[in-house]
Amino acid sequence: MIFKTFPGGVHPAEQKELSEHCAFEIMPDPDVVILPLSQHLGKQARPLVEKRAVVVKGQVVAEADGFISAPVHSPVNGTVKSIGRESNASGFVKDALVIIPAAPAEGEEAPTQQFLPPLDAATVSPADIRARVKEAGIVGQGGAAFPTFVKLSPPEGKTIEVVILNGCECEPYLTRDHRFMLERPEAIVGGLQLIMRALGVRKGAIGIENNKPDAIEAMRRAVQGVEGLEVVALKTKYPQGAEKMLIKAVNGREVPVGKLPLDVGAVIQNIGTAVAVFDAVTKGEPSLTAALTITGHGIRTPKNLIVPVGTPLRNVIAYCGGLTDDAAKVIVGGPMMGVAQHDLSAPVMKATSGIVVLTKAQARAEEETACLRCGKCIDACPLHLQPTRLARTSQLGMLEQAEEYGITVCMECGSCAYTCPAHIPLVQWLRLGKQKVIQMQRKRSATT
Amino acid sequence: MSTVTVSEAGGGRDLVITTSPHMHSRWTTRQVMWFVVLSLLPCVISAVLFFGVGQLLVIGSAVLFAVGTEALIQYLTKKPIAIRDGSAVITGLLLGLVLPPNFSPVFTALGAIFSIAVGKMVFGGLGYNIFNPALAGRAFLQAAFPVAITTWTMPQFAVDTVSKATPLAAFKFDHVITGMQPLVIGNVGGSLGETSAIAVLIGGGFLLVTRVANWRIPLSMLVGVLLFGGIIWLIDPAAPNPLFHVFAGSFLFGAMFMATDYVTSPVTNLGLWIYGMGISLIIVLIRVYGGLPEGVMYSILFMNAFVPLINRYTRPKIFGEVA
Repeated sequence: MIFKTFPGGVHPAEQKELSEHCAFEIMPDPDVVILPLSQHLGKQARPLVEKRAVVVKGQVVAEADGFISAPVHSPVNGTVKSIGRESNASGFVKDALVIIPAAPAEGEEAPTQQFLPPLDAATVSPADIRARVKEAGIVGQGGAAFPTFVKLSPPEGKTIEVVILNGCECEPYLTRDHRFMLERPEAIVGGLQLIMRALGVRKGAIGIENNKPDAIEAMRRAVQGVEGLEVVALKTKYPQGAEKMLIKAVNGREVPVGKLPLDVGAVIQNIGTAVAVFDAVTKGEPSLTAALTITGHGIRTPKNLIVPVGTPLRNVIAYCGGLTDDAAKVIVGGPMMGVAQHDLSAPVMKATSGIVVLTKAQARAEEETACLRCGKCIDACPLHLQPTRLARTSQLGMLEQAEEYGITVCMECGSCAYTCPAHIPLVQWLRLGKQKVIQMQRKRSATT
Repeated sequence: MSTVTVSEAGGGRDLVITTSPHMHSRWTTRQVMWFVVLSLLPCVISAVLFFGVGQLLVIGSAVLFAVGTEALIQYLTKKPIAIRDGSAVITGLLLGLVLPPNFSPVFTALGAIFSIAVGKMVFGGLGYNIFNPALAGRAFLQAAFPVAITTWTMPQFAVDTVSKATPLAAFKFDHVITGMQPLVIGNVGGSLGETSAIAVLIGGGFLLVTRVANWRIPLSMLVGVLLFGGIIWLIDPAAPNPLFHVFAGSFLFGAMFMATDYVTSPVTNLGLWIYGMGISLIIVLIRVYGGLPEGVMYSILFMNAFVPLINRYTRPKIFGEVA
C-alpha cells in the first residue's frame, strides 16, 4: 500500500510504545495553580481579579485583549494568591495569576462551577460556534497556540474548501492525539463538523500517520456514513504534521512562500482542538485542562493525562512516579521542537502536548566536526532549503545571501540538525540568521 | 552545542539545557568515515589475492604516511589532532588502491604526503578541499614518476593475455577487447584495487545500502557511460562497447569510492546528476579519443573543480516558491 506524504523529512525512532497503550487518566487538582496570562499567540489577557479574590472553577479570571488574544479561566475553586512574574515553559518569565485551590470546608458544598450553557450541536449556528470558541478561550493544540476563534474567522474574500484535522502526531514519543482518536472518536468528528459549519465548508479530512493503524481504524469507523469526511492514512515521517507538509500530502497543494494554508483553501486544526471545540459547544466547558503525554526513558511511569491548566510540571512529573536516577533533560513538547526546561515549577499551559524526559545517555551531545558537504541536510529539509549553506551565511553574518537563499522560509523543524553527521547545530544557526534577516527587512521597510 | 547545566528549583537535580532538536540520527562523522574504510577492505583483499601479499607494503605505506602527514600538520599548526575521524585513513587506502602492483613504497609515501599536505590541508583540512585528495596524490605521482606508474605487474592466475598491460592499454594500443569474465573477477592487469569488479561492487554496495554514499553518483555515472559510450560505439564500430567501459579500468572503483567523496561532490540532487554524467562523458572521450588509455582520474578531478559552480546553479526550488 502506498501512503501519501511529502518529499524530504526524517524518520527518528518513534518511541511511542512507552505510552501509546496508556488510557487517559484525570489528574487531581494540584496544591498550586500558576495561570500565565499569555497561553496563546497574540496579546496577553487582561486580569479581571485581584489578589485574595475567591474564584470558582470555570470563572473568567482574565479577558481577551484585542482580536488576537484569548481569555483565561480558573481551572479550580480557590483563592488568588498573587499576580506577578512566574517561570514559564517557554524559558522566559511571564505574567501569571497564582491560585491556591481550596477544598470545601467540612459539611459545606463546593461552589457551583461556572460553565457556559450547553448548546445543541445539531442546530447551533456558525456565529454561535465562533462566539463559543472565543468565550471558551480555546487555542490551537498543535504547538503554536494560535487562538482558534481567529482561525474560524477568515478574512473576507477567502474561499475555504477543506478543513484538515491533524492526527499525524509526528513528534516522537507523544501519544496524546493517538489516545484521543482511540478514546473520543465521536467528539473528534463532532468537533470537526462544528469547525466545518463555522467556516461554511463541506469537506473535511483527518490525516493520520500509518504507525497508528488502530487510530486510523477508529476514525474510519467514526466517519462512516458522514458525508464529506474522509480519513487519509499518511506515511510515518517527521515533520508530516507540519501544516504545509500535511496539506501537500492530503491534497497535493503547496502553500506559496509567505502565504497561509487559507490561501490554498485549507484550514488545519489539531485533533485536540476538535475535542476542545466539541466539549465547549456541547458541554459548555471552557479551556480548563490540557491533555498531555508524560513519557521518555527518564520518567518512572509514562502516562497520558488530563491535567488542570496551570499545574506545575513538578507536580505532573511526581504524579507519574517521578524522574528516574539517570534522567537528565526535561522537555516540554516533543523532542524535535520542544523546549528543555530549567525550572520545573513552570506550569502546564493550554497547548502543552507533552513532557518528555530523556536520560543522561540520550541527552549527551556529540562533538561537532567540520561540514563534510554530504548533502544529507538538503535531502532532509521538507521545505527544500539548503541548511548547510544557510547556516554558513548565518555564521558569517552574510544576511543578504541568507535572504536570497530563503532563510525566512525555514519553519525550524530541526530535520537538518537531526540528520547532520557532523553534528553541526544547523537549525540553531538558521533560527539566529532568520531573526537577523527579519530585523534587517524591518529596518529596510522602515527607511523606504 | 554547548550545554548549560542548572539546578532544578528546589529539587537540587541538574538538568541539561539545549535548544531543539533533542534527538539525533545515529550518524557521526567518525562513523561515516570508518564505514568507508570498511567498504574498501574487499578491494584490499582482492589486491592481495591477485598481486600478492607484498601489496600490503604499498597500501600500508600510503595509509601510514597519509595519517602521519595529517597528524604532523595539525600538530605544527596547533590544530586539534583529528586523525581518529578516519578521513586520512581513507585517503591513504584510496591512494594505495589506485597505484600499480609493486609500486615503490617510497614513491607511494611521497604521493600520500602530497595528497594530505597539498590535496587537503592547505585548503583548511577536512571539508574544505576542492579536489579529491587521493586523486590529487595519484596525479602528482603520474607527473613525477610517469614510467613507474605505468609499469604493470600481471596478476597471479592471470588468463593468458595477449598484452602485458591493462585491458584499457590493450584496447588503446593493440585494439584488443578483454573478455568480460576476467574483468568481473579481476585477474587482469591494472591498479591494485580496481581490477576486480566483484570486490568493488561488494564494498560499493555496502556504501549504498547503508546510505553512506549517495546512489545518484554511481547511477548517473553508469547512465552517462552507457549513454555516451553507446553513442560513440554506434557511430564508430572500432570503439569499445559500453559494457567494456563499465568493467574495464577504474570506472567502477571511481564511481563507488572516488566520485562519491562528500567533500568534493555537489550537495544538490540535480547537481549530482550533472557531476556524474559529466565525469562519464570525459572518461569516454579520453578513453576513445585521448592519448591516455584511462581517464577516470582526470575526469573526476576535472569535475571536482566545477562543484562550487554546479552547487550554485542547481539550487533546489524552495517549497512553495513561485517560479
